[in-house]
Order: sequence, then structure tokens, then C-alpha cells
Amino acid sequence: MNKTVNQKAWFLILPVLILVAFSAVIPLMTVVNYSVQDTFGNNQFFWAGLDWFRDMLHSDRMWNALSRQLMFSGIILAIEIPLGIYVALNMPKSGFWSSFCLVLMSLPLLIPWNVVGTIWQIFGRVDIGLLGYTLDALGIDYNYTQNSFHAWVTVIVMDVWHWTSLVALLAFAGLRSIPDAYYQAAKIDQASRWAVFRYIELPKMAGVLMIAILLRFMDSFMIYTEPFVVTGGGPGNATTFLSIDLVKMALGQFDLGPAAAFSLMYFLVILVISWVFYTVMTTLDKREGN
Amino acid sequence: MAKITLENLAHSYLPNPATEQDFALKELNHDWADGEAYALLGASGCGKSTLLNIISGLLIPSQGRVLFDGRDVTTLPTADRNIAQVFQFPVVYDTMSVRDNLAFPLKNRGVDAAEIQRRVQKVAEMIGMEDQLGRKARGLTADAKQKISLGRGMVREDVNALLFDEPLTVIDPHMKWELRTQLKKLHTDFGHTMIYVTHDQTEALTFADKVVVMHDGRVVQIGTPQELFERPAHTFVGYFIGSPGMNLFDAQIDGTRARIGEATIDLGAHYTATGRTQIGVRPEFIQLSSGGAGIPARVSRIEDVGRHKIVRLDVAGNEVSMIAGEGEAIPADADRITFAPDGINIYADDWRVAPQGEGAI
Amino acid sequence: MADVATPVVAGDGDMTIEKPRRAARRYRPSGSAIVMALYLLFLMLPIYWLLNMSLKTNNEILGSFSLWPRDLTLANYAKILTDASWYMGYVNSLIYVVMNTAISLAVALPAAYAFSRYSFMGDKHLFFWLLTNRMAPPAVFALPFFQLYSSIGLFDTHIAVALAHCLFNVPLAVWILEGFMRGVPKEIDETAYIDGYSFPAFFVKIFTPLIASGIGVAAFFCFMFSWVELLLSRTLTSVDAKPIAATMTRTVGAAGVDWGVLAAAGVLTILPGALVIYFVRNYIAKGFALGRV
Repeated sequence: MNKTVNQKAWFLILPVLILVAFSAVIPLMTVVNYSVQDTFGNNQFFWAGLDWFRDMLHSDRMWNALSRQLMFSGIILAIEIPLGIYVALNMPKSGFWSSFCLVLMSLPLLIPWNVVGTIWQIFGRVDIGLLGYTLDALGIDYNYTQNSFHAWVTVIVMDVWHWTSLVALLAFAGLRSIPDAYYQAAKIDQASRWAVFRYIELPKMAGVLMIAILLRFMDSFMIYTEPFVVTGGGPGNATTFLSIDLVKMALGQFDLGPAAAFSLMYFLVILVISWVFYTVMTTLDKREGN
Repeated sequence: MAKITLENLAHSYLPNPATEQDFALKELNHDWADGEAYALLGASGCGKSTLLNIISGLLIPSQGRVLFDGRDVTTLPTADRNIAQVFQFPVVYDTMSVRDNLAFPLKNRGVDAAEIQRRVQKVAEMIGMEDQLGRKARGLTADAKQKISLGRGMVREDVNALLFDEPLTVIDPHMKWELRTQLKKLHTDFGHTMIYVTHDQTEALTFADKVVVMHDGRVVQIGTPQELFERPAHTFVGYFIGSPGMNLFDAQIDGTRARIGEATIDLGAHYTATGRTQIGVRPEFIQLSSGGAGIPARVSRIEDVGRHKIVRLDVAGNEVSMIAGEGEAIPADADRITFAPDGINIYADDWRVAPQGEGAI
Repeated sequence: MADVATPVVAGDGDMTIEKPRRAARRYRPSGSAIVMALYLLFLMLPIYWLLNMSLKTNNEILGSFSLWPRDLTLANYAKILTDASWYMGYVNSLIYVVMNTAISLAVALPAAYAFSRYSFMGDKHLFFWLLTNRMAPPAVFALPFFQLYSSIGLFDTHIAVALAHCLFNVPLAVWILEGFMRGVPKEIDETAYIDGYSFPAFFVKIFTPLIASGIGVAAFFCFMFSWVELLLSRTLTSVDAKPIAATMTRTVGAAGVDWGVLAAAGVLTILPGALVIYFVRNYIAKGFALGRV
């Protein structure tokens, strides 16, 4: 659709601008303000320049949290995207069972995040949780509060449980937009199941899958509540992801300067990675077209 | 290539069809002769795509059998029937190149590379896309994509039948003509059994050796274009084929004579017809006259369509069309119409009644 | 039965009437049902376990291990529904979620219209900048929000949480609505202006009904993300506007955790979501494509 040039359109944007300026720009400025100042308490601040940024860049604590975060996001993307596609391919296309699956699959998406954490915290306990009890009965010494590997597995399984449906629902929406004639033609061409997936279904899902990957990346990179409720970032710092670390620093220890510098770099990393994702995927998409 | 036989075939989309109305395709027996080009003609929703999908195996009929050269294939999946089908909307594999698109059906069947290369080249020439073989199919125009779909249908030379489901809907008019000519040529060159579904009579009549006309889930007539024109077996064929369609007059039939309103006309043959009887006359077989014998009529409008004129007449409140030569003068005092005896067909309850002495059609 | 899978062409009923749907479905491997059953089992087990626990007494929870409640009790629910400090948590949550949804839609509608119809100075940058707010980690904003809302006297009010959640919901709503609006032909706007409609009249009477499903989808997502968020809502409230999710921490007392009540509270937080899903079940698949398929 070709759009008309109309500078007055700014008036329509104005409410959003005011609101976002209030809820994003002002707080962000506060963060920037803290990030370049230091304090000895008593609300007395003085200029600290880029010291906090330099400190944070040299702090193992941040680099460890960042690498844990990258690993977590990488693992859940590697599981949720293929699993979501696989589930979407197996969903009934229409009728009662289709609605039935859609409703049940959407359910985890609408559970408050701390309740998600609570559910898994309970579910994994060896004394009262079904999962923990079963694993224990099978002779596995499962303990997510003591063993960091178990903690990781629990947090990842929880995220897969929580979010795979989002990927599946997006992929399903893409699948439903494929006309029947494509499947019929593929049958006549004697295409294998794999070829149908590779040459018909996957290209048609590409658009929504991009949305799915971006959303899942951003949200997993910001994850806080669910692992915090289950493991509290532990054992040790094993599951202390960026947000958990940040909240500890800012609200727990009240280290405003470092926390602010940390925040800005954190935000920047998300922006950059999202941008890279987006650019890579759109260029791949364009190259396919030529 | 194969002869396709349909035995007592019928289909309903309802699980438990009770009345005849529940059937999208009513009971049908028919042989599609080997190597012949058929057109399946009918209005939208008449059941022609259902029939095509049963033949291609995309649909399993609720009753009856489909035989290819005497072998029962009714429940056989599409892939095992060795047929090719082209759909109304272009189906191309967007991420593949044009070449890979055309080669796809052959690759899946394990044809060797040199042979694939040869056939793809040949088909590409036929559809006029040799110079675009290397590019991706995505981003091509709708008619280029449809040409690829046609090409994929034609690339296999050993198919039992080639089925076309209104393939030229999305193609623009001049390309339509060209592609149809290509298909026709393909048919003469290779002699495939072809079934071409369309709702466009010109497409059907120019493409096919035999036209199968369907109406309301039923095959109403199978014949050459000439037979459909001269001896429409059903009033639907009469008005669906021809432009304008056949004129129908309610009439009482009495041996060799018929009464239409006050007028009596001579039929030129003896008929026995009961039920709701009608006389059908194509516009080409009506003449105008003034006074004397014939049915009273009044000229209401004359449309000059270039090659000939269409005269719209008012006959006792009903509109009747006739065709007059381009140079022919329409007399101002014309108030009667008469019918050429060759052009008269008699219908009882919409089905044609053969005159005594005419061989069965 | 949805006709989404069938291309519809004006004037030709053939496609919708005659095309077999069965054919496409036969492509699905026969194991589909098993795969789906296993996946749904995986999704439902933890929720079932929570439900199971919420119907047991603490003695039964801690004393024995059983797959279903032997000693069925509704006491845990009764406790929550009769204690104002409990059930007000639900009321608070619902208040700010509804406020947030209303505010988000109200400001996003005109903006999305502007983005979908007009080009103007800096439109692309502005759109991208809006979207970056969706990428902002709430953890980054928790402290500044706390200070901002405290300084203007909005701390511990519903509106504070509603406004804070606009941070991620407004960009999302603009983005979803823009997708749906792009699908409405521009000629409709032009015809309406020629017919003498003013912009507000046109927008309310003609345009809004056309994108009703888009508004529904946007509202659904706003509701969802506001309902599930905890970090900001907990930081910005203490008593009066405290969300239910935060209230749940109360179950940890001197005598240990009151598991039964905790589980019952959890089940009750799932209910509003389940209700919303039930009402929009026929639009879910389309909605999740965000108008972009």
C-alpha cells in the first residue's frame, strides 16, 4: 500500500509519544544519570564519569551472568523452535480437537510468571512434587536446590513447558494459511513428507517463525520471575541470569551506579542481538527471493 | 496413457446421504477413451471439480469404482495413479528455482539426471521460460507461476492422464489463447488422455474432442462441439452453450405439429412427448417475416456485435433472441418469426425427445 | 469449520464447495494423535498437580503421597475467598490489568492508524524506537519506576502499575494493530471522507468495526502480558494495590509453608486466563499470527 505523505499524522502519534516518554524516557534518563554518578549516601551524588561502565566491563560477575544468559537463551531457542514446529505439524487442522488443543496449549501462557515458578517449584520437590517424587523413586538423586545441573535442567524444562506453545501456535497459524492445492500438488508430484515440509510448509511459516524467534529471544533474555521463584538464582550463582543479578544489585544491595551501568549495557546487548537477528533473517529472506 | 472407466460412481460430502439432493455428484457411468481430449464443462458448483478429484485420487467416492485400463484404482492414493494435475491457482515451490520446480516430479520418481535435463529443457521451451530456468520461482507473476504449474504437469511423459482444473483462470487473455494452443499441440504430439475442467464454453469447445456438460451434479450430455450445438440433450446445454443461448417456448406437441400460444407450427417430424413440453430453437435458426404464418413477435432491440447482429424480440411477454447476418436488413414492419425445421428440438421435462426415425444419440 | 485454508475467489463457488479437505489431512502421520496427547500431558501434569494439592489438607500433602486427593477439601479455597487481604489481591490485579488494556488500546489505535496510512518525517525510526521498548528488560526499569512514581505520589496505586505495563504493551499493541489495519484497503477511508465523514466519526463508526478482530487480539495480548507480569507490579505496590501474585508469598509463615493455600491461590490465578482463552478460542490461531500471515 502506498502511503500518503502527511506530517499531521504526528498528532495521531502524540498520545503514544507522551505516554512512552513518561514510562520509558524519564526512567531511562534516571538510569543514565545514576550510571555516571557516585554517592557516599545521604543523597549526595558526584560525577563519576564512565567509571561504572569500566568497572562493569571488568567485572567477572557481569560476564558470568551474561554467559549464563546467552547459554540459557541459546538452549531454550534450540529446543522450543523445533519442538514448537513439530507440535504445530501434528495439531488437528480444524474441528473440535483443534480448538481443544488450542485452548489447552494457550493455558500456560496466561499463568502469572511467579505462579509458573511456584508450580515447578512444587512439581520438582522430592517430598510433595510428582516429578521430584517420581525421579527419586526411580533412584535418581534429583535435587534442584543443591545440584546446579539439576537446577539448570529444571529451569529449562520449565521454560519449554511455559513457552513452546507460543511457538507452536505461531507456526500453526502459518500452516493454516497454506491452500490445500499445495498439498494435493505435492502428492501428485510424489513429494516425500520431508519435501512437503522443506519446500511448502517451512517457506510459508518463515514469517511467523521469525516473529517467534525474536519474541522468544527477547523474553528469555529478560527472564526473571520464574527462575527466581524456583531456584532464587542458586545453587550458588548457577542460575543467576542477567535480570536476577541486576535486581540483586539494584534493589538488594542498592549499588545504584554499577546497577545503572549494568542496566544500560544489558539493554544495549538485547537491542544489538535483536537487530542482528532481524537483519540476518531479512537478508536471508531476500536472498532466497533472487 | 490409459482408458479411464467410471462405474456407478457417485459422491456426497455428507456422511449419510439420504436424498439425491445430498449428492454433489450423482450416479454416473462413463468411459474416457484412451488418448482423447475431453473438456468438463459446467457452471460453478456443478460437481465438475469433485469428479476431477475423484479421478485424480484426491477424493475417494462414496460409491462406485474408478478403473484405469480395467485396473481398479478407486482407493489407490494419488501418487500411485501416475496422473498429473494442474490446479486453478498456481502451485509453485517458492524457494526452488524454475528448473528445480520443473524437475521436481521427475526427481521424486528417480529419473536419471540426463533425462531430467532433457525433459525440463523441452518443457521450458514449450512454456516459453528457457531464459528464466535459473531464477527462483518466488516473485514471478501469477501467469508465469501458472505456466510453471502447467510445465510440471507436462514434464512426465508417461502419465496415465493429464487433468486440468480451470488452469487458465489467472492467466491474461492473450496468454490464455497461446497456452491453450500449446496444450492442444501437446495432445496431438503425445496423445495423452486429457481432461480439462472449465466453465468457459469457448475454452471447452476449442480445446476438446469431446465435451462433457455437467449440471447440478449430473452429466447431462457428452458430445462433440457440433452435437452440443445442434442437438442439445438437455435444456441446460441449450442455453449454457451458444451465445446467446437457445430459446425455449412452452408448447403443446401433437405428432408433427406444435402449438405455441395461438400459433401452430410444423415440426417436420413425428414426436411423442409427455410432461412439460417445450420447443428449443437456437437464435441462428430463427427468421423474421412480416404477416403470414409464424409466431407474433415485436422487435425490441438490435445489438450489433460486429460479425453479426443479435435481434431481441418480445414474444408474448418473453424475450427471444435471433441472429441476423451483419449485412441483413431488419424490416421495420416485421411482426412474425418462423423456425428453420432443422433447428427445432423438442424437450419434455427438460430432456430432449428424439423424433421418430432418428437414431439414438 | 474454518475456510482459512481455501483461497476464495469472488464469483467462483467451486473451491469452497468441492475441494476435499480430507486429502490434506491424510498427510499427517498417523502418530499425530499420540504426539499431541504426549505434549498435552506434559503441559497439563504440572497444572493438575497444583489443582490436586489445592484440594488436599496440609496433613495429606506432607504426610502421604497420592495422585488424587483422598480427603477432598475446599478449605484452602474458602480461606482465600473469605479473607479480604487475599481476595483483594485478585481485585487489585484485575483493576490494573483492565486499566492497562484500556490505556494501551486508546493510545495505540490512533498511532497504529497513522503508521499504517501515512508517511511522515521520521516514521520508520519512530516505529523502531517504539518496538525497542518491548525489548526493555523490566528489571532495568524497576528501580527508576519506583523512584518516579514515588516522587509524584502514585506509589501503591493501580494506575502506577497500569502505566508501567504500558512500557511493553503499547509498542506491542501498536505493532499488532498496524498489521491488521494494513489489511483494510485505503479506498474505504477515501470513500468515507468523500461521503462527508469527519475523521473521528469515520474512525469510530466505520474503521473500528472493520478491525474489530485486530482490537480483540491486541486486547488479548495486553491482558495477557499485564496479568502475568510480577516484577514491576510488585515493586510499585505495597498494600493498597498489591497484586495477587505478590500476595502469594504470604503463605510462607513461621510454621513453614501453607502448601494447600498456596496451591489454591495458584489455581485461582489460572482461572481468569482460562476464561479469557475460552472466549477467544476460535480466534486464537488467527490471533497468534498477529494479522501477519
